[in-house]
Amino acid sequence: MKAAAEQKKKEDRYEIRLSGSGGQGLILAGVMLAEAIGVGDGKNVVQTQSYGPEARGGASRSDVVIAEGEIYYPKTMKLDILLALTQEACDKYYPDLKENGILVVDSTMVTQVPTKKYYGLPFVRLAREEIGHVMVANVIALGAIAELTGIVTHDSLKEVVLGRAPRGTEEKNQKALELGFSAARKLKKEVKSRG
Amino acid sequence: MSNLRKGKVRLLQGNEACFQGAIYAGIDFYAGYPITPSTEIAEGLARELPRIGKKFIQMEDEIGSIAAVIGASNAGAKAMTATSGPGYSLMVENIGYAYMTETPCVIVNVQRAGPSTGLPTKISQSDMMQARWGTHGDYTAIAVAPSSVRECFEETVRAFNLSERFRTPVTVLTDEVLGHMRELMTMPKPGELEVMERPKPDIPADWYRHFEMTPSMVSPMAALGEGYRYNVTGMTHDREGFPTAVPSEINEKLNKLKKKIERFADEIYKVRTEMMDDAKIAVISFGTVARATHQAIKMARERRVRVGAIQPLTIWPFPDPIISDALKNVKKIIVAELNMGQMVNEVKRIAPRNAEVFFLGRYDGEVMTPQQILDKIREVK
Amino acid sequence: MEKEAVVKEKEVQRSNVVHHYLRPKKKFPNVWCAGCGNGIVMGALIRAIDKLKLDKNDVVVVSGIGCSSRIPVYLDFNTLHTTHGRAIAFATGVKVVKPRLKVIVITGDGDAMAIGGNHFIHACRRNIDITVVLVNNKIYGMTGGQFSPTTTAGAFATTAPFGNYEKQFDIVKLASAAGASYVARGTVYHEQQLEKLIEGAIVKRGFSLVEVVSNCHTYYGRLNREGDAVAMISWMKDHAMPIQAAVKLPPEKMVGKFVTGLIHETDATEFCEEYDKLVERLKAKEAQK
Ligand SMILES: Cc1ncc(C[n+]2csc(CCOP(=O)(O)OP(=O)(O)O)c2C)c(N)n1
Ligand code: SF4
Repeated sequence: MKAAAEQKKKEDRYEIRLSGSGGQGLILAGVMLAEAIGVGDGKNVVQTQSYGPEARGGASRSDVVIAEGEIYYPKTMKLDILLALTQEACDKYYPDLKENGILVVDSTMVTQVPTKKYYGLPFVRLAREEIGHVMVANVIALGAIAELTGIVTHDSLKEVVLGRAPRGTEEKNQKALELGFSAARKLKKEVKSRG
Repeated sequence: MSNLRKGKVRLLQGNEACFQGAIYAGIDFYAGYPITPSTEIAEGLARELPRIGKKFIQMEDEIGSIAAVIGASNAGAKAMTATSGPGYSLMVENIGYAYMTETPCVIVNVQRAGPSTGLPTKISQSDMMQARWGTHGDYTAIAVAPSSVRECFEETVRAFNLSERFRTPVTVLTDEVLGHMRELMTMPKPGELEVMERPKPDIPADWYRHFEMTPSMVSPMAALGEGYRYNVTGMTHDREGFPTAVPSEINEKLNKLKKKIERFADEIYKVRTEMMDDAKIAVISFGTVARATHQAIKMARERRVRVGAIQPLTIWPFPDPIISDALKNVKKIIVAELNMGQMVNEVKRIAPRNAEVFFLGRYDGEVMTPQQILDKIREVK
Repeated sequence: MEKEAVVKEKEVQRSNVVHHYLRPKKKFPNVWCAGCGNGIVMGALIRAIDKLKLDKNDVVVVSGIGCSSRIPVYLDFNTLHTTHGRAIAFATGVKVVKPRLKVIVITGDGDAMAIGGNHFIHACRRNIDITVVLVNNKIYGMTGGQFSPTTTAGAFATTAPFGNYEKQFDIVKLASAAGASYVARGTVYHEQQLEKLIEGAIVKRGFSLVEVVSNCHTYYGRLNREGDAVAMISWMKDHAMPIQAAVKLPPEKMVGKFVTGLIHETDATEFCEEYDKLVERLKAKEAQK
């Protein structure tokens, strides 16, 4: 049983959703993020996902709940971070985002953003043009989220991404992750200078 | 070295924890047929079992799977299968055979929404009654219901223990969310959790009777090919295992199936209670819903509502004495479950006479949210 | 006179052999109608096992549900009387866990061809080292004479009161096509041949099938005016054609006859052996690390 003091402590849940369409590697991205935060950084995590019928295709999402203490309810309640790689996902999940939550979108795929407060980066285009492989868009996005929100340490994320990368693709994934970090760093500066 | 490389804590899926638990418990044989959302269990064991010299077979259907499991168990193996609603429905005739022949085996049901094909990738808890009454005839069932990844591991180990200890099939009731969700888990070290073996005969083969009456009502069990040459049949049988139509022998057999479990139910019950000491309202739930309940009572307590939670981890036999004791001073009881009302009837059966029982159900394929439970608490308060 | 005595002596010996393998404390008489072919099949199975000098403790006999499936209950081996149609699946579990045991399945045409058809073809496909003795009486005996997947076209059954208008399975062809290693057909008239066929089936590595043409005079015989047990068994004598002779006959001479003997035999990889090889391979890989 939890001590009364801890009961009263403010809710320390932090909730992240990675969303897009099936096949963009978002479930894996969620697993990597959870592993980096949970095993790497030593916080408590629960990762869940939502499948379409019989597990294939369609809209896809992967949720990660983070807390210092125990996580009872495993699903998300109100999102602190939403990543949307498609317009459909953005429209569908934006209402789940907290009022001051962070929205990160793929700026080429999501053209109608429901708010002015958001971060946009062309993850899929970057993956195709800079790395030569659309499949690493998820890793670039993870890098960007780490840089933008500080929710996970760069070291843990790097270790997990490289650990999970199929043999022979380590370099590509490493590059993708670094690209995510640097693109987000640049974006942050721009946003700041814009005010 | 970083935590990641040390590998002590791992991020594990419920279904993975379940098959790792089976390995910890000493599984020798797995037979199954693929079905969402249980498939990861079969996939994991297909990979792991041959590596440790244990047996895996993908059968042609679930009927064959449970049949092979029962055959294997009679050959001396700790045996398991995993499935979901449609598969469990196919298995029930042979699960009845396992009850009748007192064959230990573990059946994992990763519940999805039904009836029929229903919603393969959506959560449900609508097979609770099936786990108790699935097959025809009279018998007493054991079923356990974990609510976290760690518990998927532990309860699978416990299911093996109970099945071997009582010579009976045991169902592990998990669900789609639990099966697929990932949480951190430290793997129990060998010896950390108890692992039980089935009672074996220590008498000469000539004296051996496969269904002997004993003080514990559980008969020591020799394996096929160990020199005991007994008969096993799904027909009602005498102590030696031969079909009988003698009323006294029929009575003895059926009473044995019931009493070997009911008399020792204290060893089987497992219930978690939270904040019940001063509670006037109790929320009873199991599996994934129990986690929403814990969250909800935390929220309610912040609003100074005296509410507590009761979570049976042993779902069958329903832990009547423990739950009724916990309900002693409670005036309102909410039973929250992902179905149209199954556990609620068990609770009504044992609730104090002056307490009101409310049902909160959900069956649209989504998890019950803490908010829903909180709303119900406020409504009945 | 002397010759007769020798024959008699032989008969006594043969029946002693059978008694040695029956369960001493079992509640005989058995459940079968007098004259049912099941008794002959049981005798043939026992003698085949006796000839092979198998240790009783190493023999597991598994059956489903039906008159024929009651055979194991009387036998002093490890015996599993299971559910309708599933015997082969149960047997698969036993064999995989303890490959050293001789696993023999006794089943009927309803048990193995209708409700258990799927397990049957898949066990053939896996070529798992199990011997199946399938007692084909062309009807559901235990439930009182309904038609089965092997009931002759036009024949009567309680659920085919106007004659059977369904087609039949040729069990031997089915097993051969599905991948069985040893496929034979015998009859309850040709008892000694049956013994040999079962013996060969047990020895053969891989999936073996012996279809036994048998009589259910109580239902099939009565409903189809084929007479009593003797008449039905005599019919087998007149219509069985050993494979050696059959291959030499033109098709028109085979009309109305059925082939007996070892009809199909091949050598293929066996399930348990393949699994063991996999285990060894993984072990070697692990050791290399
Ligand atoms: C699931 C199930 N369905 C139906 C039955 C009823 N049943 C018992 S034996 C049998 C047919 C047996 O026929 P066969 O296998 O040809 O054996 P026989 O009695 O002719 O030797 C049937 C349908 C059953 N026991 N179980
Ligand atoms: S009903 Fe037919 S198959 Fe059954 S015992 Fe009698 S004769 Fe044999």
